[in-house]
Amino acid sequence: MGNVLLQYATVLMLAIFVGIEIIAKVPSILHTPLMSGSNAIHGVILVGSMLILGGATTNLQEVLGFLAVILATLNVVGGFVVTDRMLEMFKPKTAKAVEKKDEVAP
Amino acid sequence: MSRETLIDLLYLFSATTFVLALKGLGSPKRARYGNMVAAFGMLVAIVATFFKYVDGHALYHVPLMLLAMFIGLIVAVPVARFVKMTAMPQLVAIFNGVGGGAASLVSITEFVHIKSTHPATYVILEVLLGVLIGTVSFAGSAIAFAKLQELMTGRPVTYPGQQVINGVVGLASLALIVTILVTSSEPLLWVLLGLAFVLGVIFVLPIGGADVPVLISLLNAFTGLAVAASGFTLGSNLLIVAGTLVGASGILLTRLMSKAMGRSLPNILFSAFGATVTASGDTQRADGRSVRSGTPEDIAILLGFASRVVFVPGYGLAVSQGQHVLRELADELEKRGIEVFYGIHPVAGRMPGHMNVLLAEANVPYEQLVEMDEANSELQTADVCLVVGANDTVNPAATDDKTSPIYGMPIIHADLAENVVFLKRSMRPGFAGIENELLYNPKTTLVFGDAKDTLTKMVAAVKAS
Repeated sequence: MGNVLLQYATVLMLAIFVGIEIIAKVPSILHTPLMSGSNAIHGVILVGSMLILGGATTNLQEVLGFLAVILATLNVVGGFVVTDRMLEMFKPKTAKAVEKKDEVAP
Repeated sequence: MSRETLIDLLYLFSATTFVLALKGLGSPKRARYGNMVAAFGMLVAIVATFFKYVDGHALYHVPLMLLAMFIGLIVAVPVARFVKMTAMPQLVAIFNGVGGGAASLVSITEFVHIKSTHPATYVILEVLLGVLIGTVSFAGSAIAFAKLQELMTGRPVTYPGQQVINGVVGLASLALIVTILVTSSEPLLWVLLGLAFVLGVIFVLPIGGADVPVLISLLNAFTGLAVAASGFTLGSNLLIVAGTLVGASGILLTRLMSKAMGRSLPNILFSAFGATVTASGDTQRADGRSVRSGTPEDIAILLGFASRVVFVPGYGLAVSQGQHVLRELADELEKRGIEVFYGIHPVAGRMPGHMNVLLAEANVPYEQLVEMDEANSELQTADVCLVVGANDTVNPAATDDKTSPIYGMPIIHADLAENVVFLKRSMRPGFAGIENELLYNPKTTLVFGDAKDTLTKMVAAVKAS
């Protein structure tokens, strides 16, 4: 157990506190977009999947890495697009003129 | 500056955008902007990774990698873009599940890759945790998806000895982890993978449809933790930070959600809530009281005489896609000088805040949406409370009946209004599977039928009057 592990553990602890602090203030109406948004963020596993596939030296590793990249891409892309679509609905109040136009359209 | 340092700096930038994004999601104004910031940070991280060296060489299999990304892209974009807003919860579930699956695969592959170098015990422990948590999240999310998509029953699935079996599988997984730690056996790792899969399935089966959102939030946190575990194995600060942020915030969010339902998390996860339907579903009670039903036109007249109306929308509204017509009704009433509010229960719809999203989609002005406590004070002076496709969230048993399974859940007190109108498809009980006394209250009128149809008729009747 070296210094590196201790370094990672430090990062872990700090990230826990940041995560809790940030979320504690989110209003309940944004809980759904928040869940979806954080869902997109753990799609960062794509970076890990790329490293795994990029370092694969056997067929088994290649297959597993390939699958991991597909799954992680689904997570990242789907996560961000769904969240954006949800948040698109929360229009600022000044956008009323635009809404009226929408109503005229069929 | 060396190549590795530059890449690490870009990773630091990405991690910062993730924190800013979560911060941005705290306000409706900056939320969308925040999400875009995170997406940009993610793109930076992905591009930077292409230039990274693994074991002293540039990445192998780059064309294969691009192919895999392309496959993911062409599947995810149309699905995420065109699925109906009511199906959002299951989409989040499935996108979360694949993330958990990816984390699990990353951990397994890394183990296969490094096992010849006799890794330290703590490295193996990180791998095992990544596999266990990631796979449970994957399998659990798949079952959650099936429940919400109604590919299987939304009611809790129970069988004799369930708790015992779950406990045995859980303990077996732990025993297996200890064995692998001691022996570093690769075959046993595959057994653990299978066992974790079973664990994910049997963990979710007894959880009823109404509680699935809380479950998805928990599984979301699980995936975050699995990603953090992979981060330890791969030695990546970016994965540790992002995974932990999601894990910590997800667990907090899960607690906030169960609090909104007035129940503890263990109760939600282990009590098979709603497994037994105690409601009779009859229009006539044993004591002779029966419900009073009316036509959409009756209700239109009632609304026309009101000066203050509170709408209480529930999942039934979303199912019938009636949110646009409901807004039309509100517009018509407002033209007649009637005050209209929407009382939003924190768990209305299928996820917290889901109803707000659906109503925002129908262009309902933000200031008409009031949260539960405010709705309850508005209701004291309201003439009509129109409950559209909601049931358990207005059930007075939550405050009156100590024996009720939903006792203690905060509710919208629809019964405070002068008149209560329920738009219901049938007498079928809500997710909790219990009787709602309010349906038999003398000031309650029921209108049976699809919420959208009924609302359309009501709009026409109000316009004609």
